[in-house]
Amino acid sequence: MIPELGHFALILAAVVALIQGVLPLAGTVRENLAWQALARPSAALQFGLVAVAFACLTSSFLANDFSVSYVAQHSNTLLPKPYQVAAVWGGHEGSLLLWVLLLALWSVSVAIFSRSLPLAMVARVLSVLGLISTGFLAFILTTSNPFERLLPAAPEGRDLNPLLQDPGLVIHPPMLYMGYVGMSVAFAFAIAALLSGRLDAAWARWSRPWTVIAWTFLTFGIGLGSWWAYYELGWGGWWFWDPVENASLMPWLVGTALIHSLMVTEKRGSFKAWTVLLAIAAFSLSLLGTFLVRSGVLTSVHAFASDPSRGIFILIFLALVVGSSLTLFAWRAPQVTLGGSMGLLSRESLLLSNSVILVVATAAVLLGTLYPLIIDALNLGKLSVGPPYFNLVFAPLMVPLLFIMIPGTVAHWREARLSDIVHELRFVGLLALALALLLPFAMGAWSLGVVLGLFLGLWIALGTLQQVLFRVRKPGRIGASFWGMHLAHFGMAVLVIGITGVKSYEVERDVRMGLGEQVTIAPYSFKLVGLQDVKGPNYNAVRGEFDVFKDGQFLEKMYPEKRRYFSTAMPMTEAAIDSGFMRDLYVSLGESLGGTPAQWSVRVYYKPFVPWLWAGVLLMVAGGLLAALDRRYRRSVNKAAQPA
Amino acid sequence: MKKFLIPLALFLGLVVFLAVGLKRDPREIPSPLIDKPAPAFRLPTLEGSQPFGPEDLKGKVWMLNVWATWCVACREEHPVLVAFAQKNAVPIVGLSYKEIQPQDEQGGKLADEAKLKLARERSVVWLQRHGNPYSTTVMDLDGRVGINYGVYGVPETYVIDRQGIIRYKRVGVVTPQLLADKILPLIRSLETS
Repeated sequence: MIPELGHFALILAAVVALIQGVLPLAGTVRENLAWQALARPSAALQFGLVAVAFACLTSSFLANDFSVSYVAQHSNTLLPKPYQVAAVWGGHEGSLLLWVLLLALWSVSVAIFSRSLPLAMVARVLSVLGLISTGFLAFILTTSNPFERLLPAAPEGRDLNPLLQDPGLVIHPPMLYMGYVGMSVAFAFAIAALLSGRLDAAWARWSRPWTVIAWTFLTFGIGLGSWWAYYELGWGGWWFWDPVENASLMPWLVGTALIHSLMVTEKRGSFKAWTVLLAIAAFSLSLLGTFLVRSGVLTSVHAFASDPSRGIFILIFLALVVGSSLTLFAWRAPQVTLGGSMGLLSRESLLLSNSVILVVATAAVLLGTLYPLIIDALNLGKLSVGPPYFNLVFAPLMVPLLFIMIPGTVAHWREARLSDIVHELRFVGLLALALALLLPFAMGAWSLGVVLGLFLGLWIALGTLQQVLFRVRKPGRIGASFWGMHLAHFGMAVLVIGITGVKSYEVERDVRMGLGEQVTIAPYSFKLVGLQDVKGPNYNAVRGEFDVFKDGQFLEKMYPEKRRYFSTAMPMTEAAIDSGFMRDLYVSLGESLGGTPAQWSVRVYYKPFVPWLWAGVLLMVAGGLLAALDRRYRRSVNKAAQPA
Repeated sequence: MKKFLIPLALFLGLVVFLAVGLKRDPREIPSPLIDKPAPAFRLPTLEGSQPFGPEDLKGKVWMLNVWATWCVACREEHPVLVAFAQKNAVPIVGLSYKEIQPQDEQGGKLADEAKLKLARERSVVWLQRHGNPYSTTVMDLDGRVGINYGVYGVPETYVIDRQGIIRYKRVGVVTPQLLADKILPLIRSLETS
């Protein structure tokens, strides 16, 4: 009964979404206020209905209702309760339902927090969101119904993919989807502005906080995914340039360009067409990401069971949404007035350069991700594009981008003088360079790559600190957005230093070990002192016991596990990780190699700076939150637009 | 004003590629072994009869299907093979691939004899439960034959012609559609040529 209730709620939600998508928009064309006023209540009603459907699916999971096919495929009576809840989005159908739930959540938030907006604008924005939601609900109902019954019911479920049975994975998809779906709000504002023909500073001001929140979630989601891959996959990597990772990175890159471009549009009225295009691109890339993941056109470690009919549906939907928005753009953008003039060197020009670099970087990632598909489509063969391509193309693009970050925050609006910028940043630059040249000696090995990475990280960190110090000394209230921006930039600096450190100084050892043997990565030694069988709720495991010594002194014990879940034969690796401020120690148990006494393949990694990666991401997230929560954000921006 | 149409044009180009890409299967991996002789082997069979090798089927078109009882996807594929076998189109030889996994030996390394015994027991039970589409099943316990065939993942399926040449390789589950659209026509043309 409950699954049918959920299915019914989902059908109603689709109807309401269609009403929300069509009537308010028609109301703006026919100037019918009553129709426009439908936008808010229908968004609320749609959210309620989708929430009911989601709750029904969750309760089917908690009740172990294996007569629901989706539940039988992704859960199990032995699965711990928190994972039974997380299993709701552990497969294709449920993750789409989560997508729609979050879209409805964003819509209802816009409906609530848009009191200061003109009704027509709210009607257009919510209509666009309603149309997107209609498409996704239709997709779920026609190709991916999570409530489909399995008759006769399965006696026991198949269990959630063991890779997904992890606290990081419980929150990774909701966070990532919040980011993906949040880009739809920026998109809806852009389309609403194009439709109304009023592409002005007000539009940028309205959509800025929404975009920043979406960007923040996306940042957090990507960071979580990377963290999960690092400790769950057991090979110590944290970024693989996997198609699905790229699918989340692309909206992030364009989203980053968008939040900066929106600032220029708001403060100076410039780059309006460019900003609108970025808003369309950010959401289009989110949709493209969904297509790539859900259709199975590319192989990936994330690939769910795929189905071509689903792929065709998403492709048509993608073509409709993006095609119509770009047509609207081509039609309306020529009428957009140019904003304030800007000098060849100015904050505008620096921000524009950065957003262009970000777009080029996105294009490079897109090309690398789709290249195998394009080559195959042209019958030129099968190939795969791996990390070497991405590292080769991506890193050189990041160098100027990271370098311009600091001048971009220092330069004056409209017209800046190079001599002023050089004057202001000369000590920061020299100090960053000196430290970058000297620090590698302290860390053991000197190379040009380390110096460059360290210089960029230190340059951003010190430049940010200097500006904060200057600002704090001046009188006047400092808005949260100021702190937010500098915190996020500082996070970027920490991330850059972290990546440089890991890439340059990590040490990996794959060894064969028996009881009592030890392996040394100076100054650490790892001794295998025990192997026990342990029982988990839905798996059996072998747990290795390692004594770790630093310079011969006992430091701690580490317990990596090799788990064998009852539901699959695939053994899972649970690495043991010890995190310090400057480094991680990482031990993972490979395969049993047999022999008497038993030998195991063991991976021992010394990973410097890994905690800095996560710290950098968290700082960016904190910065994004602060900036989005600034109350002045939405009111006093016009005052700040005084030419300096 | 044409410059504002550029994004649309780029996007439409992308959609064309995505649409074509959708019809392709990224899992269809071209094997260097296509149109090459099937690597020779001689392995003990599940049934305990004479060891089997590809030469035994020379002059016939046949299929080699790589499977194992621990392979989850094989369970999904299996009914398709069972139904296909009932048509008696071609003999299907099963290659039981690395049936004994490292974790089976946690209690200590098994002798080769014991391994073969355990693998046979497990495979027989599994085939009794799910049906047996194979004319014979050979036991590739150490996975060496798998290496020669470039086994990429289980299940895998090969079509081998009358001269013992590999004509087709499928990585992943064989679907009824794939059988009807690709494998059966191929088998027919191989049998008439």
